[in-house]
Amino acid sequence: MGANLFSNYGEAVAMILFGIGFGNLLLQNNLIKKIIGLNIMDTAIYLFLAEKGYIENRVAPIVTNGVQSMEAYINPIPSGLVLTGIVVSVSVSALMLSITIRLYQRYQTLDLDEISTRLKKEGL
Amino acid sequence: MGLIQNFPAVSILLCLFAGIISSGLKKQAARYVNTILISGVGFLSLCTLMYILETGEAFVYVMGKFPAPWGNEIRAGVLEAFMALFFCIIMLLSLAGGRKKLADEVEDGKTFLYYVLMDLLLASLLALVYTNDLFTAYVFVEINTIAACGLIMIRQNGRTIEAAARYMIMSLLGSGLLLMGLCILYDLTGHLLMSNIKEQMGWIYLSGQYKMPALVTIALLSVGLAIKSALFPFHAWLPDAYGYSTVSSAAILSSLVSKGYIFLLIKIIYRVIGFEVFYESRIVDVLFAFGLMGMIFGSISAIRENDVRRMIAFSSVAQIGYIYMGIGMGTQAGMEASIFHILSHAATKSLLFIAAIGLTDVSGGSRQFIELTGSAYRNKWAGVAFTVGSLSMVGVPLFSGFISKLLFAQAAVQNDVKMLPALIVLGISTILNAIYFMKTVIRIYTPVEEHKYESIAFKNMKLYVAALLCFIILNVVLGVSSQPIVDLIGQGLAMFS
Repeated sequence: MGANLFSNYGEAVAMILFGIGFGNLLLQNNLIKKIIGLNIMDTAIYLFLAEKGYIENRVAPIVTNGVQSMEAYINPIPSGLVLTGIVVSVSVSALMLSITIRLYQRYQTLDLDEISTRLKKEGL
Repeated sequence: MGLIQNFPAVSILLCLFAGIISSGLKKQAARYVNTILISGVGFLSLCTLMYILETGEAFVYVMGKFPAPWGNEIRAGVLEAFMALFFCIIMLLSLAGGRKKLADEVEDGKTFLYYVLMDLLLASLLALVYTNDLFTAYVFVEINTIAACGLIMIRQNGRTIEAAARYMIMSLLGSGLLLMGLCILYDLTGHLLMSNIKEQMGWIYLSGQYKMPALVTIALLSVGLAIKSALFPFHAWLPDAYGYSTVSSAAILSSLVSKGYIFLLIKIIYRVIGFEVFYESRIVDVLFAFGLMGMIFGSISAIRENDVRRMIAFSSVAQIGYIYMGIGMGTQAGMEASIFHILSHAATKSLLFIAAIGLTDVSGGSRQFIELTGSAYRNKWAGVAFTVGSLSMVGVPLFSGFISKLLFAQAAVQNDVKMLPALIVLGISTILNAIYFMKTVIRIYTPVEEHKYESIAFKNMKLYVAALLCFIILNVVLGVSSQPIVDLIGQGLAMFS
């Protein structure tokens, strides 16, 4: 198992990054740090996909110099999934940032727990 | 290929286009478009359901030109079409019941956006129900999350924005795990279409290889969707999101959005992983345990709550626990009970939310129990509807909640190991349900000496009463003629494989 870990170091790094991002999104109090965590988490997944989709000595599936053999290119689907994922991740980050701006304008703080305590005090 | 086979794809596309068109319309027009859209999609789903019942088999609709292992597909069986129809009915009624409140609580210039979000939400729900491709499912899960976040936030006050932030964070954690699970699954099997993955998973399971990655995948998918549907330890965002958003949003979030994710999970269990493989993985036991805890702790939190809307929200936590308990039993009967409870809870919870808003409106807008005293006399229809909803939640015969409890109990008896904990917790949870719902019903029917608040006349709330009546009828129909629906669910589950 240990040997596999070393030869698949790309996937291992992706998993570690996923953990870091997940932990940040879950545990940080600061909203901006949470969003950074979200982005690390998503990027780790794309790294994993890209790493899995790559086959050594092959190139991206764009036909150049008339080479049409399937052996020359990698599978395009993982790359397509990464692109789709990036679009989703961008829109979600934008939405989170806009919520953060709204909260900051109202409460002049980025700390989610402090916002909660203030809301309880307001008793809305 | 018959004309009707196009309907699922057409209804998803119609919703997306309606969303785009509505963003350029005035609020009245956007509302008409939305109402026509939901009724139209409901009608299309009904046609699809009839067609499938007639032919007796599910059909696959190929999206685009690429055939099976490469292209994207939509698949419609009995259960999918029935769910789509049911979602449309609930959405239409919830919007009708909360329309007046929506006008009060949302800025006038932004009302049309509410209907845009609703169109997109319906599109994503339909896509989650119908899709046969896992990555498409992921994309629509995210669209669903974004639309739901908008629905919470459209009523602008500090509480809702904070609730939306918390909702987004939990949802994003869930979808991160879901996406990771999908990627490992794709890595294991090399496919994205559900039917192909299932074939490969069967091979992997038989060959005994890759036990660990398969287990991790199943865990990631289940936990990701469980977080998104607010299973017990992940429910912290729920009371604020349901308690402070505008009433149609609360009804739709609790009865449709979380149910969409649960339906996707059930679909993944049957159509992607395979029921036997899922059962062998022991993840079912984890879901079972958290379901049981949710049933108890959700109810206890609801008893301690002093705000009627938040009480109903906490009751949702308990009901989601019931659904996961059924899934966790790992039997066909448990799954049927869970799906029936999805229907019954959707019909009852939206009724309760909409009835509660009628009661709080005649109590000076206050949601504290002390102010609600006697409110059922000031708004008779809401009082009756709230009582019906409460009785159904507690599980009194005639109403839908009774049938789902009965089905859960029957399913529990078939499972030797899990029978005892399931039945004990079912009993405790029913008593706890009875405590907080009956407490509320007694309070709203307690007469008051001095008349502090005005009562509301019938002519000011015709649409509201009509929506409540439809909900009550739906509840009684589910409760009285449950057998055909249970048969339909069984048929649909058989069609999954």
